[in-house]
Amino acid sequence: MTIIKRGLAALAAGVLSTAVAVPAFAEPVKFDFWFGLSGDLARVVDTLCKNFNESQKDYEVTCTSQGNYDATLQNTIAAFRAGKQPAVVQVYDVGTATMMLSGAYKPADKLMEENGYKIDYADYFPGIARYYATSKGEMLSFPFNSSTPLMYWNKDAFAKIGKTEAPKTWEDVATDLQALKDAGYECPMAINISANESWQLMEQFSALHNQPIATKNNGYDGLDARLEVNKTKFVQYVTDLKKWYDAGLIKIKSKDLGQDMVQAFATGTCQVILTSVGDHGTVGRTQKEGMKWDVAELPVYAGTERKNSLVGGASLWVLSGKSDAEYKGAAAFLNFIHDPKTALFWSTNTGYIPVTKSGFEYLKSQGFYDKAPYKGREVAIASLTASEPTEITRGVRLGNFTQIRAEFGTQMQAIFANKVSVQEGLDTLVKNGDAILDRFQQTYPGKTLP
Amino acid sequence: MEKRVTFSRWTIGILFAVPQLFLIFTFFYWPAGQAVYWSLTLQQPWGGGNIWVGLDNFRSILSNADYWNSITASLIFAAISTGLAMFIALVLAALTDRQLAGSWLYRVVLIWPYGIAAPALALAFRFILAPEAGFMAVVNQVWPGFWDPGLDGTDAMASIIVAFSWKYVGYNFIFFLAAFQAIPRSLIEAAAMDGSGVLRRFWDIQFPLITPTIFFLLVINITESFQDSFGIVDIMTSGGPANATNLMVYKIYSDGFKGLDYSGAAAQSIILMVLIVALTIVQFRFIERRVHYR
Repeated sequence: MTIIKRGLAALAAGVLSTAVAVPAFAEPVKFDFWFGLSGDLARVVDTLCKNFNESQKDYEVTCTSQGNYDATLQNTIAAFRAGKQPAVVQVYDVGTATMMLSGAYKPADKLMEENGYKIDYADYFPGIARYYATSKGEMLSFPFNSSTPLMYWNKDAFAKIGKTEAPKTWEDVATDLQALKDAGYECPMAINISANESWQLMEQFSALHNQPIATKNNGYDGLDARLEVNKTKFVQYVTDLKKWYDAGLIKIKSKDLGQDMVQAFATGTCQVILTSVGDHGTVGRTQKEGMKWDVAELPVYAGTERKNSLVGGASLWVLSGKSDAEYKGAAAFLNFIHDPKTALFWSTNTGYIPVTKSGFEYLKSQGFYDKAPYKGREVAIASLTASEPTEITRGVRLGNFTQIRAEFGTQMQAIFANKVSVQEGLDTLVKNGDAILDRFQQTYPGKTLP
Repeated sequence: MEKRVTFSRWTIGILFAVPQLFLIFTFFYWPAGQAVYWSLTLQQPWGGGNIWVGLDNFRSILSNADYWNSITASLIFAAISTGLAMFIALVLAALTDRQLAGSWLYRVVLIWPYGIAAPALALAFRFILAPEAGFMAVVNQVWPGFWDPGLDGTDAMASIIVAFSWKYVGYNFIFFLAAFQAIPRSLIEAAAMDGSGVLRRFWDIQFPLITPTIFFLLVINITESFQDSFGIVDIMTSGGPANATNLMVYKIYSDGFKGLDYSGAAAQSIILMVLIVALTIVQFRFIERRVHYR
């Protein structure tokens, strides 16, 4: 009985205290932010949200992780159809085309303007801004977590073959991998060939070599874009990768097989990998004691005029159908994230790179890139800004691109398992990918990309 | 004269059935009807509108070689995993029923796998079957390149079959054991006194008497192998390599939720539903004839 009584008393006290507390302060406007990062990264986002809530009293953001990018988009769509969407949502790079046609967003540039924030859009690295901007250059969403791929190489192993620098061309890579194998390394280089690696193997390779992935400037100029990776330099690249795999210079590493390529590199098993700068921190934290390694820009074929690499990651979209008060909060939140100090916090705690020139300068002025764990990450900025983005190195804007990536994984696996030849596999990739694009176009009759 | 409890008016009967009917309508007929409607249209994922396309979705799916590959993979998976799960469970249950030493242990332990969620057990099997780190790494040491589910479709299919069967052995075991124990001891003892051995007693007495259970489990296992395989495929192979384990239910998920092609996925689920209904009808029509209910 006493427990119940005490419980009731506590409850009554609780009710009273909230009743008393409410009139004392103006309740902050609450709004939701859904994001797709998990684990360590989710904790960093939570801290970011806490910092925002403590930095002012008018708004309170509730940040909820949805597990991963796919789930975030799925859940947001389900919530939107039920009229319960969050104010701000993180959508991954390849979801941009779907978002642009959804009619479910409030353009970020308009939102900031309406709420009196002046954002200097020229301050964004062009390689990052153009990926998310419309073909006319309007920013419908705000770049958030951003990365680009780098080549990670083991300095100790390369020292054994008398090299102190990372190879810059694929021709050099081939020679070095052979030398590493001759020096007794079982796994000179690791790759994986699932849907995810479409990013570094197909998309980034094509951008660096200024090769199109699809017609219509990679889809920026219309929904009737179709794939053309079966007749670009990419064919030669896949042929070479397969040749090196057959010669034992490349091993396939994936989580399903027991060890993914980042682990394989960090433990010193494999000497070269191509992966996101976002893994820089992971390699540093989990590496074999005393192992010396560094990062470099992805190699290109000899005689190629190197172009900028593409940004990967996600941007923040503000959804339609919310109240003006919530939009004010969302604008304040986006402005907070845009701040160079937030960029420093973000890059320090994650492997992601700053998205604005001022953020990058601020990090440099704080000596961020001089210190050991972060040294080397400036290579990512160099890679992203290697050139002004061309019409086809702005990015990839294709509908249902997730499915095209899945098709990439399927065909690469067929090629590497010797089921089909390189050309046959890539032809099938184009054929099946075009069917996906065709279907996407039919789903949005009469609509055009902004 | 036998005393019967009857309802005087049929309305009372209906009233009692209403809550159940309501549940079935809300959670089955309504969504299924919605799926049929979606499969005949092209839905914009964000709800911006849809267009009527008639049977186009079905036409494009059925003319796609990948989809037929997915059906074949599903049928192979269903046949082998059902056979494996039922055979092992039957043998284990028969042994347990004979009160062999340690049978009390099987009885408890064998129920556990069914209680494990598919993704969790898939994760466990991913470690066990990993070619470079797990148990199979030892085999690969002896025969290099023997086991490679990352590139070899047959190995990948074998992995998910093993994981699925392992889960359903426990489930089947419980039913088989109950069926064995429902057989009157006197029948078996009488046969034993007539001099028949263990195997003869099994084939002539026990097996015919448990056919209703075998039939029930066959229907359940086949149905579940089409539906419950999702978590295992998602964690262990993601449908790869080269679509070798892209079962129908996984393809629905990846096309619908990852690819946001709601209409195509709806059409695929209609086809899957029709296929399961057809398989079940076939089983009732042709296999049930050989079942002896007491």
